[in-house]
Amino acid sequence: MSTKDVINSDIKQDIISYTVRLGDDALVLGHRVSEWVSKGPFLEEDIALGNVALDYIGRSRMLYSYAAELAGNDTTEDDYAYLRDERQFQNFLINELPRGDFAYTITRQLFVDVFNHYYLTALLASKDQTLAAIAAKGIKETQYHLRRSREWTLRLGDGTAESHERMQRAIDELWGYTHEIFEHDALEQRLIDAGIAVDAASFKAQWLADIKAILAAATLAVPDAEWAVRGGREGYHTEYLSHLLMEMQFVYRTYPNAKW
Amino acid sequence: MQHIPLMTHEQYQRQQLRRNSPYTELWDLLDQVKDPEIPVLSLWDLGVLRDVSREGETVQVTITPTYSGCPAMDVMREDIEILLRSHGIEKIAISTVLAPAWTTDWMTDKGRAQLRDYGIAPPDDALDQQGRETPAANVRCPHCGSTHTQRISEFASTACKALFQCNDCSEPFDYFKNI
Repeated sequence: MSTKDVINSDIKQDIISYTVRLGDDALVLGHRVSEWVSKGPFLEEDIALGNVALDYIGRSRMLYSYAAELAGNDTTEDDYAYLRDERQFQNFLINELPRGDFAYTITRQLFVDVFNHYYLTALLASKDQTLAAIAAKGIKETQYHLRRSREWTLRLGDGTAESHERMQRAIDELWGYTHEIFEHDALEQRLIDAGIAVDAASFKAQWLADIKAILAAATLAVPDAEWAVRGGREGYHTEYLSHLLMEMQFVYRTYPNAKW
Repeated sequence: MQHIPLMTHEQYQRQQLRRNSPYTELWDLLDQVKDPEIPVLSLWDLGVLRDVSREGETVQVTITPTYSGCPAMDVMREDIEILLRSHGIEKIAISTVLAPAWTTDWMTDKGRAQLRDYGIAPPDDALDQQGRETPAANVRCPHCGSTHTQRISEFASTACKALFQCNDCSEPFDYFKNI
Protein backbone atom coordinates (compact mmCIF):
# COMPACT_ATOMS: atom_id res chain seq x y z
CA MET A 1 0.00 0.00 0.00
CA SER A 2 1.40 3.39 -0.88
CA THR A 3 1.66 6.23 1.57
CA LYS A 4 -1.09 8.09 -0.21
CA ASP A 5 -3.61 5.33 0.43
CA VAL A 6 -3.25 5.47 4.19
CA ILE A 7 -3.48 9.23 4.45
CA ASN A 8 -7.00 10.30 5.14
CA SER A 9 -7.97 13.69 3.87
CA ASP A 10 -8.23 15.31 7.33
CA ILE A 11 -4.59 14.84 7.99
CA LYS A 12 -3.34 15.35 4.44
CA GLN A 13 -3.20 19.13 4.69
CA ASP A 14 -1.28 18.84 7.95
CA ILE A 15 1.26 16.54 6.32
CA ILE A 16 1.69 18.94 3.41
CA SER A 17 2.28 21.86 5.80
CA TYR A 18 4.70 19.85 7.93
CA THR A 19 6.64 18.60 4.91
CA VAL A 20 6.93 22.12 3.52
CA ARG A 21 8.24 23.34 6.90
CA LEU A 22 10.96 20.72 6.86
CA GLY A 23 11.69 21.68 3.26
CA ASP A 24 11.96 25.34 4.31
CA ASP A 25 14.45 24.44 7.05
CA ALA A 26 16.61 22.57 4.55
CA LEU A 27 16.39 25.08 1.70
CA VAL A 28 17.06 28.21 3.74
CA LEU A 29 20.06 26.71 5.51
CA GLY A 30 21.31 25.15 2.28
CA HIS A 31 21.17 28.54 0.60
CA ARG A 32 23.00 30.19 3.49
CA VAL A 33 25.78 27.61 3.44
CA SER A 34 26.03 27.89 -0.34
CA GLU A 35 26.92 31.56 0.13
CA TRP A 36 30.36 30.35 1.19
CA VAL A 37 31.09 28.92 -2.25
CA SER A 38 34.12 30.77 -3.63
CA LYS A 39 34.52 32.53 -0.26
CA GLY A 40 35.67 29.59 1.89
CA PRO A 41 38.80 30.03 4.02
CA PHE A 42 40.67 27.63 1.74
CA LEU A 43 39.85 25.47 -1.25
CA GLU A 44 39.04 22.19 0.54
CA GLU A 45 36.73 23.95 2.98
CA ASP A 46 35.09 25.84 0.15
CA ILE A 47 34.29 22.49 -1.47
CA ALA A 48 33.16 20.92 1.80
CA LEU A 49 30.69 23.75 2.41
CA GLY A 50 29.46 23.42 -1.17
CA ASN A 51 28.86 19.71 -0.60
CA VAL A 52 26.97 20.29 2.63
CA ALA A 53 24.84 22.97 0.98
CA LEU A 54 24.01 20.58 -1.84
CA ASP A 55 22.88 17.87 0.58
CA TYR A 56 20.50 20.34 2.22
CA ILE A 57 19.16 21.69 -1.05
CA GLY A 58 18.69 18.14 -2.30
CA ARG A 59 16.74 17.29 0.82
CA SER A 60 14.51 20.33 0.37
CA ARG A 61 13.78 19.22 -3.19
CA MET A 62 12.65 15.78 -2.00
CA LEU A 63 10.43 17.32 0.66
CA TYR A 64 8.90 19.96 -1.63
CA SER A 65 8.33 17.38 -4.37
CA TYR A 66 6.52 15.14 -1.92
CA ALA A 67 4.37 18.03 -0.67
CA ALA A 68 3.62 19.01 -4.27
CA GLU A 69 2.61 15.43 -5.09
CA LEU A 70 0.21 15.37 -2.13
CA ALA A 71 -1.16 18.82 -2.96
CA GLY A 72 -1.91 17.92 -6.58
CA ASN A 73 -3.27 20.61 -8.91
CA ASP A 74 0.01 20.66 -10.85
CA THR A 75 1.83 22.09 -7.85
CA THR A 76 5.61 21.75 -8.24
CA GLU A 77 8.62 21.93 -5.95
CA ASP A 78 9.48 25.28 -7.55
CA ASP A 79 6.19 26.79 -6.39
CA TYR A 80 7.25 26.22 -2.80
CA ALA A 81 10.82 27.40 -3.27
CA TYR A 82 10.30 30.43 -5.47
CA LEU A 83 6.75 31.66 -5.31
CA ARG A 84 6.13 32.04 -1.60
CA ASP A 85 6.80 35.16 0.41
CA GLU A 86 8.58 35.64 3.68
CA ARG A 87 5.45 35.21 5.82
CA GLN A 88 4.73 31.87 4.15
CA PHE A 89 8.12 30.41 4.91
CA GLN A 90 8.08 28.52 8.20
CA ASN A 91 11.71 27.61 8.76
CA PHE A 92 13.37 27.90 12.15
CA LEU A 93 15.02 31.27 12.62
CA ILE A 94 18.48 29.85 13.30
CA ASN A 95 18.63 28.64 9.69
CA GLU A 96 18.09 32.05 8.13
CA LEU A 97 20.61 34.08 10.14
CA PRO A 98 23.43 35.47 7.99
CA ARG A 99 26.43 33.24 7.49
CA GLY A 100 28.60 35.45 9.71
CA ASP A 101 32.27 34.58 10.01
CA PHE A 102 33.52 31.02 9.69
CA ALA A 103 33.20 30.40 13.44
CA TYR A 104 29.57 31.51 13.32
CA THR A 105 28.79 29.18 10.42
CA ILE A 106 30.52 26.24 12.11
CA THR A 107 28.73 26.87 15.42
CA ARG A 108 25.35 26.95 13.72
CA GLN A 109 26.19 23.76 11.83
CA LEU A 110 27.17 22.04 15.07
CA PHE A 111 23.88 22.96 16.73
CA VAL A 112 21.82 21.99 13.68
CA ASP A 113 23.80 18.84 12.83
CA VAL A 114 23.41 17.38 16.34
CA PHE A 115 19.73 18.33 16.16
CA ASN A 116 19.30 16.66 12.76
CA HIS A 117 21.09 13.56 13.99
CA TYR A 118 18.33 13.02 16.56
CA TYR A 119 15.50 14.46 14.49
CA LEU A 120 16.07 12.30 11.42
CA THR A 121 16.63 9.21 13.55
CA ALA A 122 13.20 9.80 15.10
CA LEU A 123 11.65 10.56 11.70
CA LEU A 124 12.75 7.10 10.51
CA ALA A 125 9.89 5.73 12.62
CA SER A 126 7.30 8.00 10.98
CA LYS A 127 4.19 6.24 9.77
CA ASP A 128 4.52 8.33 6.62
CA GLN A 129 6.74 6.15 4.48
CA THR A 130 8.01 8.92 2.25
CA LEU A 131 9.11 11.09 5.17
CA ALA A 132 10.82 8.05 6.69
CA ALA A 133 12.60 7.37 3.40
CA ILE A 134 13.79 10.97 3.12
CA ALA A 135 15.06 10.73 6.71
CA ALA A 136 16.95 7.53 5.88
CA LYS A 137 18.81 9.33 3.11
CA GLY A 138 19.39 12.46 5.14
CA ILE A 139 20.77 10.71 8.18
CA LYS A 140 23.68 9.21 6.26
CA GLU A 141 24.71 12.65 5.05
CA THR A 142 24.18 14.17 8.49
CA GLN A 143 26.83 11.86 9.96
CA TYR A 144 29.36 13.43 7.60
CA HIS A 145 28.19 16.94 8.40
CA LEU A 146 28.32 16.32 12.13
CA ARG A 147 31.79 14.82 12.09
CA ARG A 148 33.04 17.85 10.25
CA SER A 149 31.36 20.48 12.42
CA ARG A 150 32.50 18.67 15.57
CA GLU A 151 36.11 18.52 14.37
CA TRP A 152 36.08 22.20 13.42
CA THR A 153 34.56 23.16 16.78
CA LEU A 154 37.37 21.35 18.59
CA ARG A 155 40.04 22.86 16.38
CA LEU A 156 38.75 26.42 16.57
CA GLY A 157 37.63 26.39 20.20
CA ASP A 158 40.89 24.93 21.40
CA GLY A 159 42.87 26.89 18.82
CA THR A 160 44.27 30.41 18.95
CA ALA A 161 43.03 33.11 21.28
CA GLU A 162 41.22 34.71 18.37
CA SER A 163 39.54 31.54 17.06
CA HIS A 164 38.46 30.69 20.62
CA GLU A 165 37.01 34.14 21.15
CA ARG A 166 35.14 34.06 17.82
CA MET A 167 33.66 30.65 18.58
CA GLN A 168 32.52 31.75 22.02
CA ARG A 169 30.96 34.88 20.56
CA ALA A 170 29.09 32.80 17.99
CA ILE A 171 27.79 30.44 20.67
CA ASP A 172 26.59 33.37 22.78
CA GLU A 173 24.87 35.00 19.80
CA LEU A 174 23.19 31.82 18.57
CA TRP A 175 22.14 30.28 21.86
CA GLY A 176 18.79 32.05 22.11
CA TYR A 177 17.79 30.64 18.72
CA THR A 178 18.21 27.01 19.80
CA HIS A 179 15.11 26.85 22.00
CA GLU A 180 12.63 27.24 19.17
CA ILE A 181 13.81 24.11 17.40
CA PHE A 182 12.53 21.89 20.22
CA GLU A 183 9.04 23.37 20.33
CA HIS A 184 5.96 22.50 18.31
CA ASP A 185 2.54 23.94 17.64
CA ALA A 186 -0.95 22.41 17.41
CA LEU A 187 -0.41 21.24 13.83
CA GLU A 188 2.71 19.30 14.72
CA GLN A 189 1.06 17.98 17.88
CA ARG A 190 -1.68 16.42 15.76
CA LEU A 191 0.94 14.77 13.58
CA ILE A 192 2.98 13.64 16.59
CA ASP A 193 -0.18 11.99 17.96
CA ALA A 194 -0.70 10.31 14.59
CA GLY A 195 2.84 8.90 14.65
CA ILE A 196 3.93 10.99 11.68
CA ALA A 197 5.87 13.99 13.02
CA VAL A 198 8.80 14.10 15.43
CA ASP A 199 8.50 15.46 18.96
CA ALA A 200 11.87 17.21 19.25
CA ALA A 201 11.30 17.98 22.93
CA SER A 202 11.85 14.28 23.60
CA PHE A 203 15.55 14.54 22.76
CA LYS A 204 16.36 18.05 23.95
CA ALA A 205 18.21 16.73 27.02
CA GLN A 206 20.36 14.46 24.83
CA TRP A 207 21.08 17.31 22.43
CA LEU A 208 22.13 19.54 25.32
CA ALA A 209 24.35 16.85 26.81
CA ASP A 210 26.07 16.27 23.44
CA ILE A 211 26.60 19.98 22.84
CA LYS A 212 27.94 20.50 26.36
CA ALA A 213 30.39 17.63 25.95
CA ILE A 214 31.67 18.88 22.58
CA LEU A 215 31.96 22.48 23.77
CA ALA A 216 33.73 21.40 26.98
CA ALA A 217 36.25 19.41 24.94
CA ALA A 218 36.76 22.51 22.81
CA THR A 219 37.31 24.66 25.97
CA LEU A 220 34.14 26.58 25.15
CA ALA A 221 31.32 27.42 27.54
CA VAL A 222 27.57 26.96 27.25
CA PRO A 223 26.00 30.36 27.97
CA ASP A 224 23.81 30.73 31.02
CA ALA A 225 21.99 33.71 29.54
CA GLU A 226 18.25 33.19 29.41
CA TRP A 227 16.76 34.54 26.23
CA ALA A 228 14.86 32.93 23.41
CA VAL A 229 13.65 34.16 20.03
CA ARG A 230 10.72 32.40 18.38
CA GLY A 231 8.42 32.80 15.44
CA GLY A 232 9.80 30.86 12.48
CA ARG A 233 7.08 28.22 12.43
CA GLU A 234 4.44 30.99 12.49
CA GLY A 235 6.07 32.87 9.63
CA TYR A 236 7.54 35.66 11.76
CA HIS A 237 11.13 36.07 10.68
CA THR A 238 14.26 38.07 11.27
CA GLU A 239 15.03 40.87 8.85
CA TYR A 240 17.47 38.57 7.07
CA LEU A 241 15.04 36.15 5.44
CA SER A 242 13.54 38.70 3.06
CA HIS A 243 17.01 39.55 1.75
CA LEU A 244 17.78 35.89 1.26
CA LEU A 245 14.51 35.25 -0.59
CA MET A 246 14.98 38.30 -2.77
CA GLU A 247 18.29 36.96 -3.99
CA MET A 248 17.16 33.34 -4.27
CA GLN A 249 13.84 34.03 -6.01
CA PHE A 250 14.83 36.95 -8.21
CA VAL A 251 15.58 35.11 -11.45
CA TYR A 252 12.57 32.80 -11.26
CA ARG A 253 10.16 35.65 -10.55
CA THR A 254 11.63 37.99 -13.13
CA TYR A 255 11.55 35.44 -15.95
CA PRO A 256 8.55 33.20 -15.23
CA ASN A 257 8.65 29.86 -17.05
CA ALA A 258 12.16 30.53 -18.34
CA LYS A 259 14.09 27.39 -19.27
CA TRP A 260 17.85 26.93 -19.26
CA MET B 1 44.86 -19.01 3.85
CA GLN B 2 42.42 -19.10 1.01
CA HIS B 3 40.38 -15.94 0.69
CA ILE B 4 36.78 -16.49 -0.27
CA PRO B 5 35.24 -13.27 -1.51
CA LEU B 6 31.84 -12.63 -0.01
CA MET B 7 29.03 -10.74 -1.62
CA THR B 8 26.87 -8.52 0.57
CA HIS B 9 23.27 -9.53 1.00
CA GLU B 10 22.20 -6.31 -0.76
CA GLN B 11 24.37 -7.10 -3.78
CA TYR B 12 23.05 -10.65 -3.93
CA GLN B 13 19.44 -9.46 -3.92
CA ARG B 14 20.14 -7.01 -6.73
CA GLN B 15 21.78 -9.66 -8.84
CA GLN B 16 18.91 -12.06 -8.28
CA LEU B 17 16.41 -9.39 -9.32
CA ARG B 18 18.26 -8.86 -12.58
CA ARG B 19 18.84 -12.56 -13.25
CA ASN B 20 15.19 -13.43 -12.70
CA SER B 21 13.90 -10.55 -14.79
CA PRO B 22 12.28 -11.43 -18.14
CA TYR B 23 13.57 -8.14 -19.61
CA THR B 24 17.19 -9.14 -20.04
CA GLU B 25 17.69 -7.10 -23.20
CA LEU B 26 16.45 -3.92 -21.48
CA TRP B 27 18.83 -4.40 -18.57
CA ASP B 28 21.69 -5.01 -20.99
CA LEU B 29 20.72 -1.98 -23.06
CA LEU B 30 20.72 0.25 -20.00
CA ASP B 31 24.28 -0.82 -19.21
CA GLN B 32 25.21 1.78 -21.83
CA VAL B 33 24.08 4.61 -19.54
CA LYS B 34 27.02 5.78 -17.48
CA ASP B 35 27.38 8.09 -14.51
CA PRO B 36 27.96 11.49 -16.16
CA GLU B 37 30.62 12.36 -13.60
CA ILE B 38 32.36 8.97 -13.59
CA PRO B 39 31.86 7.83 -17.18
CA VAL B 40 33.32 4.34 -16.66
CA LEU B 41 30.60 3.36 -14.22
CA SER B 42 27.20 2.21 -15.49
CA LEU B 43 24.07 3.02 -13.53
CA TRP B 44 23.80 -0.68 -12.76
CA ASP B 45 27.36 -0.93 -11.46
CA LEU B 46 26.85 2.20 -9.36
CA GLY B 47 23.70 0.77 -7.79
CA VAL B 48 21.45 3.56 -9.04
CA LEU B 49 19.45 1.35 -11.40
CA ARG B 50 16.85 -0.44 -9.31
CA ASP B 51 14.43 -2.07 -11.70
CA VAL B 52 13.40 -2.33 -15.33
CA SER B 53 10.11 -3.61 -16.66
CA ARG B 54 7.68 -3.28 -19.49
CA GLU B 55 3.97 -2.70 -19.17
CA GLY B 56 2.23 -2.75 -22.53
CA GLU B 57 4.29 -0.40 -24.69
CA THR B 58 5.72 1.53 -21.78
CA VAL B 59 9.19 0.81 -20.51
CA GLN B 60 9.45 1.53 -16.82
CA VAL B 61 12.81 2.32 -15.28
CA THR B 62 13.25 2.76 -11.53
CA ILE B 63 16.29 4.56 -10.20
CA THR B 64 17.41 5.76 -6.77
CA PRO B 65 19.38 8.90 -5.96
CA THR B 66 22.90 8.58 -4.56
CA TYR B 67 23.28 11.71 -2.44
CA SER B 68 20.21 13.90 -1.86
CA GLY B 69 21.60 16.80 -3.85
CA CYS B 70 23.54 14.92 -6.51
CA PRO B 71 23.20 17.06 -9.66
CA ALA B 72 24.07 14.07 -11.84
CA MET B 73 20.66 12.49 -11.20
CA ASP B 74 18.86 14.79 -13.64
CA VAL B 75 21.43 14.01 -16.35
CA MET B 76 21.05 10.29 -15.71
CA ARG B 77 17.31 10.52 -16.28
CA GLU B 78 17.88 12.38 -19.54
CA ASP B 79 20.50 9.87 -20.67
CA ILE B 80 18.15 6.96 -19.99
CA GLU B 81 15.45 8.64 -22.07
CA ILE B 82 17.82 9.46 -24.94
CA LEU B 83 19.12 5.90 -25.06
CA LEU B 84 15.70 4.27 -24.99
CA ARG B 85 14.35 6.63 -27.64
CA SER B 86 17.29 5.94 -29.90
CA HIS B 87 16.25 2.27 -29.73
CA GLY B 88 12.72 3.03 -30.84
CA ILE B 89 11.09 3.04 -27.43
CA GLU B 90 8.62 5.92 -27.33
CA LYS B 91 6.79 5.42 -24.07
CA ILE B 92 9.12 5.76 -21.13
CA ALA B 93 8.33 6.12 -17.45
CA ILE B 94 11.24 6.85 -15.14
CA SER B 95 10.45 6.79 -11.46
CA THR B 96 12.62 7.52 -8.47
CA VAL B 97 12.42 5.49 -5.28
CA LEU B 98 13.99 6.66 -2.05
CA ALA B 99 13.70 3.58 0.14
CA PRO B 100 15.74 1.66 0.91
CA ALA B 101 18.33 4.42 0.75
CA TRP B 102 21.17 3.93 -1.71
CA THR B 103 24.33 2.47 -0.26
CA THR B 104 27.77 1.82 -1.73
CA ASP B 105 27.15 -1.84 -0.79
CA TRP B 106 25.14 -2.01 -4.02
CA MET B 107 28.12 -1.20 -6.18
CA THR B 108 29.14 -4.24 -8.18
CA ASP B 109 32.61 -5.83 -8.05
CA LYS B 110 33.05 -4.90 -11.69
CA GLY B 111 32.18 -1.30 -10.84
CA ARG B 112 34.71 -1.26 -8.01
CA ALA B 113 37.45 -2.55 -10.31
CA GLN B 114 36.51 0.01 -12.98
CA LEU B 115 36.65 2.82 -10.45
CA ARG B 116 40.15 1.77 -9.39
CA ASP B 117 41.30 1.63 -13.03
CA TYR B 118 39.85 5.08 -13.58
CA GLY B 119 41.91 6.49 -10.71
CA ILE B 120 39.28 6.56 -7.96
CA ALA B 121 39.80 4.33 -4.93
CA PRO B 122 36.61 2.31 -4.28
CA PRO B 123 35.28 1.99 -0.69
CA ASP B 124 37.00 -1.42 -0.34
CA ASP B 125 40.44 0.17 -0.59
CA ALA B 126 40.17 1.88 2.80
CA LEU B 127 42.31 -0.41 4.91
CA ASP B 128 41.54 0.63 8.45
CA GLN B 129 37.99 1.73 8.01
CA GLN B 130 36.04 1.94 11.23
CA GLY B 131 32.34 1.64 10.60
CA ARG B 132 31.48 3.74 7.57
CA GLU B 133 33.72 6.65 8.41
CA THR B 134 36.31 7.84 5.95
CA PRO B 135 39.69 7.02 7.50
CA ALA B 136 42.35 9.71 7.96
CA ALA B 137 44.98 7.64 6.13
CA ASN B 138 45.94 4.36 4.41
CA VAL B 139 43.47 4.21 1.55
CA ARG B 140 45.23 2.29 -1.23
CA CYS B 141 46.49 4.65 -3.95
CA PRO B 142 44.84 3.73 -7.28
CA HIS B 143 47.94 4.94 -9.16
CA CYS B 144 50.84 3.13 -7.47
CA GLY B 145 49.14 0.77 -5.00
CA SER B 146 50.83 2.25 -1.95
CA THR B 147 48.84 2.40 1.25
CA HIS B 148 51.06 5.15 2.60
CA THR B 149 48.45 7.83 1.94
CA GLN B 150 46.64 10.56 3.83
CA ARG B 151 43.27 12.24 3.70
CA ILE B 152 43.34 15.84 2.50
CA SER B 153 39.62 16.51 2.79
CA GLU B 154 36.57 14.46 3.60
CA PHE B 155 34.69 16.36 0.91
CA ALA B 156 35.90 16.42 -2.67
CA SER B 157 34.77 17.48 -6.15
CA THR B 158 31.51 15.56 -5.84
CA ALA B 159 29.42 14.56 -2.82
CA CYS B 160 30.34 10.90 -3.15
CA LYS B 161 34.11 11.35 -2.91
CA ALA B 162 36.82 12.35 -0.43
CA LEU B 163 40.24 13.71 -1.41
CA PHE B 164 43.44 11.82 -0.57
CA GLN B 165 47.09 12.17 -1.41
CA CYS B 166 49.69 9.45 -1.85
CA ASN B 167 52.87 10.01 0.18
CA ASP B 168 54.88 7.71 -2.12
CA CYS B 169 53.97 8.79 -5.65
CA SER B 170 52.68 12.23 -4.48
CA GLU B 171 49.57 11.99 -6.65
CA PRO B 172 46.28 13.28 -5.24
CA PHE B 173 43.37 10.91 -5.76
CA ASP B 174 39.67 10.58 -5.00
CA TYR B 175 38.25 7.96 -2.67
CA PHE B 176 34.64 6.87 -3.17
CA LYS B 177 33.15 7.24 0.31
CA ASN B 178 31.39 4.39 2.02
CA ILE B 179 27.83 5.33 2.76
